[in-house]
Amino acid sequence: MIPLPGKTIAEKIFSNHSGTDARAGDIVVADVDFVMGQDGTTPLAIRALANMGVTEVFDPEKVAVVMDHSSPSPLEGVSALHTMMREFGKQTGCTVYDVGEGVCHQLIPEKGHVVPGDLMVGCDSHTCTYGALNVFSTGVGSTDGAAAMASGKLWFKVPDTMKVTYEGALQPGVFSKDLILYLAGQIGVDGATYEAIEFHGPVIDELSVEARMTISNMAIEVGAKAGLMKADAKTLQWFEGRGEKTPNPQDPDPDAAYARELTIDASAIGPQVAKPHAVDNVSPIEEVEGTPIAEGVLGTCTNGRLEDLAIAASILKGRRVHPDVRFIVAPASRQILLDAIAAGYIQTLVEAGAALVTPGCGPCVGTHNGVPSDGENVISTANRNFKGRMGNSNAFIYLGSPATVAASVIEARITDPRKYFAG
Amino acid sequence: MELSAKAFKYGDDINTDYIISGKYKFKSADMEAMAHHAMEELDPHYYDKVKPNGGFLVAGKNFGMGSSREQAPLVLIHSNTKAVLAKSFARIFYRNAINTGLPVVECDTDLIDDGDDLVVDLEAGVVRNLTKGTEIPFPPLPPVMAQLLSDGGLVEHFKKYGGFNL
Ligand code: SF4
Repeated sequence: MIPLPGKTIAEKIFSNHSGTDARAGDIVVADVDFVMGQDGTTPLAIRALANMGVTEVFDPEKVAVVMDHSSPSPLEGVSALHTMMREFGKQTGCTVYDVGEGVCHQLIPEKGHVVPGDLMVGCDSHTCTYGALNVFSTGVGSTDGAAAMASGKLWFKVPDTMKVTYEGALQPGVFSKDLILYLAGQIGVDGATYEAIEFHGPVIDELSVEARMTISNMAIEVGAKAGLMKADAKTLQWFEGRGEKTPNPQDPDPDAAYARELTIDASAIGPQVAKPHAVDNVSPIEEVEGTPIAEGVLGTCTNGRLEDLAIAASILKGRRVHPDVRFIVAPASRQILLDAIAAGYIQTLVEAGAALVTPGCGPCVGTHNGVPSDGENVISTANRNFKGRMGNSNAFIYLGSPATVAASVIEARITDPRKYFAG
Repeated sequence: MELSAKAFKYGDDINTDYIISGKYKFKSADMEAMAHHAMEELDPHYYDKVKPNGGFLVAGKNFGMGSSREQAPLVLIHSNTKAVLAKSFARIFYRNAINTGLPVVECDTDLIDDGDDLVVDLEAGVVRNLTKGTEIPFPPLPPVMAQLLSDGGLVEHFKKYGGFNL
């Protein structure tokens, strides 16, 4: 008999959680370690639970709901949904993160709800963010979320894995956002549909944990079910003091079977920009430099972390946001806001002309906090630039790194940030 | 299960913001009201065209990419969309469709034009194009998904069995 090949990170985590020898293509019913919902999806999950006749969650310690997408509420309808979530929290005992706590994808790992080796689902497509922390985390719909909240289980198809290796080293002024935008440009918005991606290589090893999360966050933008990385010493250190749970890191076997392998020379990558209206419509910044912009956004679950605020503050220190630009800053969580205040970044950004909004999703999904006007161009650190994404289908969204956004808001046009990192 | 209706054809990479814009998802939890905005970014008259007699939404590759919003399959169901036929689907949309009871068919949609009369036989795995007199085979759903769909979605499955019974 031919021995079976080794396992990918995904196959290991699904094996551990389903009590089977899980292999790509298998359909398993697996135990989940955590379930999360946000304010756009939880109300439907609550309704699905009611329809199922379920009044309790399987384990209140393992469920959280987050008010982040439209928060504080801009509308009566939203206020009613937020009330429904608060009542759900009281009824079930699950954790409720109310207005001002931050974006779900920052809070779940920040508060130690998941650790390496876990399997979790969230009712939000960017739940793949925690793959950077060696968690198999994936986005599901509200009914799936409800089933997981009720039973602590969910059915999964164990995905094939695509291995992406970043060789070389990053140039100054180039960041993890540029690496993932470059990949999207290469493989397209459906380049990894139904698959998991594992990210490897010396460039990933060098990145901070925060910078790695930016990459895994956007795995869904190429269709992937998860964007996984190994847990190294940095990952384990990041989790210290965040909670009681013990990490159980899962490395892929050296002879794991990958569906495809792709190697990218990161040294050759400069700042990248995704142009309207698709995340894979990516160009090197040289091709879009000079495009006028009316709004800049720094924040979101992609790039609203402390390091991102630090990069923007380093560029804007002693400079001014162009008078023709609105520069909106949304820290990803209350803790990040506090840390950024302590480090002086908020002072710098606000002095430079930034409009600071509540920790949360900010203007990302077009419900409030900076809906662009007809015909306007926006440069954003977010992960999506679909038509209408920010609430106006006649606006144009460009995506780039925090450095690219900071450099661009100074000049009111898309600007290569490398000049601030020269020498 | 045999379904019959007209085809309403659109292109590749139709994302969830096109199916139902994020700006509406907070306006209301009433899917019947939201359904009026289904596919609005691509076709402002989708609801008016499909609602009276039902229809198949036919698309190219990667249908439903983007967000996890379950409002996407729900507004299609409430606008009387009988099934979505596409060359491929984004995975969260695909799961959500099955879980909410909207049939999804992966087949070669190049063989279907806007306005064609179709019959979709989910068990047999065939789309009959009555207008063109052709048949398009498709692989039947894996058993787990077929069971959920035949139970009427995940909620009904849970009601019936009190949990997962797959
Ligand atoms: S910040 Fe944007 S992408 Fe992230 S969870 Fe919020 S709305 Fe979604």
